[in-house]
Amino acid sequence: MYVAAKGGEAAIAQSQRLTGWRRRGDAEDAENPALTPTQIDQQLGLAVDRVMTESAVHDRALAALAIKQARGDLMEAIFLVRAFRTTLARLGAARPIDTGTMAVRRRISATFKDLPGGQVLGTTFDYSHRLIDFALAAERDGDAPPAPVEAETSAAAAMPRVTDILGAEALIEPADPAPGDPAPGDLTREPPTVPYGRDVVLQALVRGDEGFLVGLAYSTQRGFGRNHPFAGEIRMGEVAVELVPDELDFPVSIADITVTECQTVNQFAEPAGEPPDPAMPGPEAAAGPRFTRGYGLTFGEAERKALAMALVDRALRAEALGEAVGAPAQDAEFVVAHSDSVEASGFLQHLKLPHYVDFQAELDLLRGLRRQSAPADTAKAAGGGS
Amino acid sequence: MTAPPGGALGAAALPAAGLEMAVDDPSLLDADRLMVRFGARFACRDVSVRIWPGEVIAVVGESGAGKTTLLDCLSGQRAPDSGSVRYRTSAGGIIDVHQESEMVRRRLQRTEWGVVRQNPRDGLRLDISAGGNIGERLMATGHRHYGRIRAAAADWLERVELDVARLDDLPAQFSGGMQQRLQVARTLVSAPRLVFLDEPTGGLDVSVQARLLDLLRRLVAELDLAAVIVTHDLAVARLLADRMVVMQHGEIVESGLTDQVLDDPQEPYTQLLVSSVLRV
Amino acid sequence: MTDTAHAATPGLAGYNFAYLDEQTKRMIRRAILKAVAVPGYQVPFASRVMPLPYGWGTGGIQVTAAVIGPEDRLKVIDQGADDTVNAVSIRHFFARTAGVPTTTRTQDATVIQTRHRIPEAPLQRGQIMVFQVPIPEPLRWLEPREPETRRAHALADYGIMHVKLYEDIAHHGQVATSYDYPAMVAGRYLTAPSPIPRFDNPKLDRSPALMLFGAGRERRIYAIPPWTPVESLAFEDYPFEVQRWSRPCALCGATDSYLDEVVIDDQGNRRFICSDTDRCEQRRAEAAS
Repeated sequence: MYVAAKGGEAAIAQSQRLTGWRRRGDAEDAENPALTPTQIDQQLGLAVDRVMTESAVHDRALAALAIKQARGDLMEAIFLVRAFRTTLARLGAARPIDTGTMAVRRRISATFKDLPGGQVLGTTFDYSHRLIDFALAAERDGDAPPAPVEAETSAAAAMPRVTDILGAEALIEPADPAPGDPAPGDLTREPPTVPYGRDVVLQALVRGDEGFLVGLAYSTQRGFGRNHPFAGEIRMGEVAVELVPDELDFPVSIADITVTECQTVNQFAEPAGEPPDPAMPGPEAAAGPRFTRGYGLTFGEAERKALAMALVDRALRAEALGEAVGAPAQDAEFVVAHSDSVEASGFLQHLKLPHYVDFQAELDLLRGLRRQSAPADTAKAAGGGS
Repeated sequence: MTAPPGGALGAAALPAAGLEMAVDDPSLLDADRLMVRFGARFACRDVSVRIWPGEVIAVVGESGAGKTTLLDCLSGQRAPDSGSVRYRTSAGGIIDVHQESEMVRRRLQRTEWGVVRQNPRDGLRLDISAGGNIGERLMATGHRHYGRIRAAAADWLERVELDVARLDDLPAQFSGGMQQRLQVARTLVSAPRLVFLDEPTGGLDVSVQARLLDLLRRLVAELDLAAVIVTHDLAVARLLADRMVVMQHGEIVESGLTDQVLDDPQEPYTQLLVSSVLRV
Repeated sequence: MTDTAHAATPGLAGYNFAYLDEQTKRMIRRAILKAVAVPGYQVPFASRVMPLPYGWGTGGIQVTAAVIGPEDRLKVIDQGADDTVNAVSIRHFFARTAGVPTTTRTQDATVIQTRHRIPEAPLQRGQIMVFQVPIPEPLRWLEPREPETRRAHALADYGIMHVKLYEDIAHHGQVATSYDYPAMVAGRYLTAPSPIPRFDNPKLDRSPALMLFGAGRERRIYAIPPWTPVESLAFEDYPFEVQRWSRPCALCGATDSYLDEVVIDDQGNRRFICSDTDRCEQRRAEAAS
């Protein structure tokens, strides 16, 4: 008797065994020792940074382990870390980090040739020639490591943020929270509702897929929501994370973490509120157009992501700033709903699940429609279904 | 058409009685001292208008005079900063349009009122067939008999002089004048008492305009409709309107019987308007 | 057919009963209570990341995790069958994390999580159906904007959905929606029944069981409480109809069940068998005895 082919427990178990075996690769090969999370952390650190940023968990060892388990599939690794994160208790909220006090390892500005603290090129692929370095293929344990570079962290004292320099002249909109500004929302704890606050938008962008954000940011540069960005400043380095414990009334530093921050300086806007009456010009300092900003922040070294995030953040502020809205990158509902790789990838891949019943219903419907139109009198487009 | 069945939509029925209006005052719509400001500029300043049943009133003026803003206030689509709009329902009650819930306002807009927009794209669903467009208001008010909805749609296609064979065609395939006539059919199918038209002939060729105006004049008379027509074209006002108001900078500068205002304008602005435009 | 192999284990070490922490379960239960109080209304909830992907039943899993207790007996189906891969995977998830007994018999289950079907056996008082929902918004294909669809629900302004049905009939001679067929719940909220075939819609009407719908990625929970009237949209002259087959199930001979079409060779020959494997097996067992 014919039995319908439906998968079972044995198939799942076998598939998982096979996947685990594939993950290890050829264990007999002397050139293929088991990869350690430490190696991933140390030698594939930018992958770790991306997983930490988009999973919104700062834990290098965990991210490295997830990358190993996911066989290098970063979206899958992000998903693993997120699923782990959801089971952890929330112990408290840190104070906002102060990137003005960052121990800077890289700091560039595209708006000023020189500025207090100077430009610090630091670690970057920029200005390198993208030539495959075949010598790396022969790198082995025991080889002399690349020569260390002295004093990566800038010892220079003051390194004010470019936006603060512009802010001192009131040339750029302030970034300080308004009085009475509520604590930032958390879209993992409260389902966000349209229209989204900027806090929720920024959170969604940090967690958003880098490729999606790079494409959106790029679209604004090609005219789909143009907003004239300058890379005011990108800085990367270590900042202290401080917590005020319940039983104490002063902050305690609990960690130093690496972050990359990008602030763009964008085209002008009038300050929010009543448009100035041309008949009654006010004091010049308060009135008049000012530069606007876009903001990007990531864990670790991820400046492409931070820059893309800043451009998209600024694009999403178009409506609030009274600009014409129409491009995809300016549509918060569109961007926030579709940027998360865990959500997008999950729903995309659910197409692999069985759809026998719905397909049967469609087959039945289509056959019925074809029977009706047997005299072939219609050229109407077929619709329906999803 | 049969009366719509009850159900959820019936719960939103319009009040039969409510606010007081003088018994000897049979006006349909009474707008009192409407104010709308955009920053320092007034789009409506102290505008009061009354519309009696079966009467067509034209609102004329240059672009930027506040005509469309006034229309939006009268038709409940924009709340004024101050002032009120009162409407006498077919059941005899008086409602304060902008104090009512959006549910009541929407019900009014799809039953006793209708809006014809300048751009058919704003007033039609271009991806829905002509029949579906006409039938939407019936379905939104609880009609649930496909055959009768379709018959009403076909009837209305004929009444606006469109080919019934195009009942299942998409409006995107229609010319501008045909789209505008379809919009009229879509609006009138539910037998409204009061229709708001915003530059209904704008953007159409002169010959097409004339045909649409003829159609509108005939339908308004046949159905004994009250209508508010916003237009910058005084010829449209002359042809359709019993009365007219002239707006400038958000204020009504002159009003009266159409022939009277056009033949013997009193205000300098109206004189300028009549002399410059009617010559075209 | 009760699977007790996992009942002995107390759950997954290091995790709470049924995976979610108690605070999260309370949050979900509050959403469920609100959903039951306002039948058909989509209640936003703070959906958690689950160890299964979005689109694979995370909404249903969270609802099940919030309502299930150690006394419950769980059945999980996908496409009507207990042995499809995703059903097996989810059943194991709860067997591991909650240690609850599982079953394939509809009559024996207290909680039934499903994707795309309602069992053929009549549901009973006290049973809870948990539906996995991909897109909870019935108006979504007509209006992509959330503020617009929420306003339409607030004002019960569903004319556009009837326009869609009108268009189907005008173009196809019938309503061309074969699954996820929209229904009015308690005469107030237009509701997506999840992608069950319209064959199953009548089972929602005045059912003795509690119907809970969870959409994880879209962060919505809604409910159809027991005995609630559920009316599938239709016209008076084009009444709602369900799928019918001209032949019985090739395995059990049932003429009243939803049939899967199975291609049995490369000549295009087909057999039609019950989508509900439990019902089919029970009928065959009855016939054999």
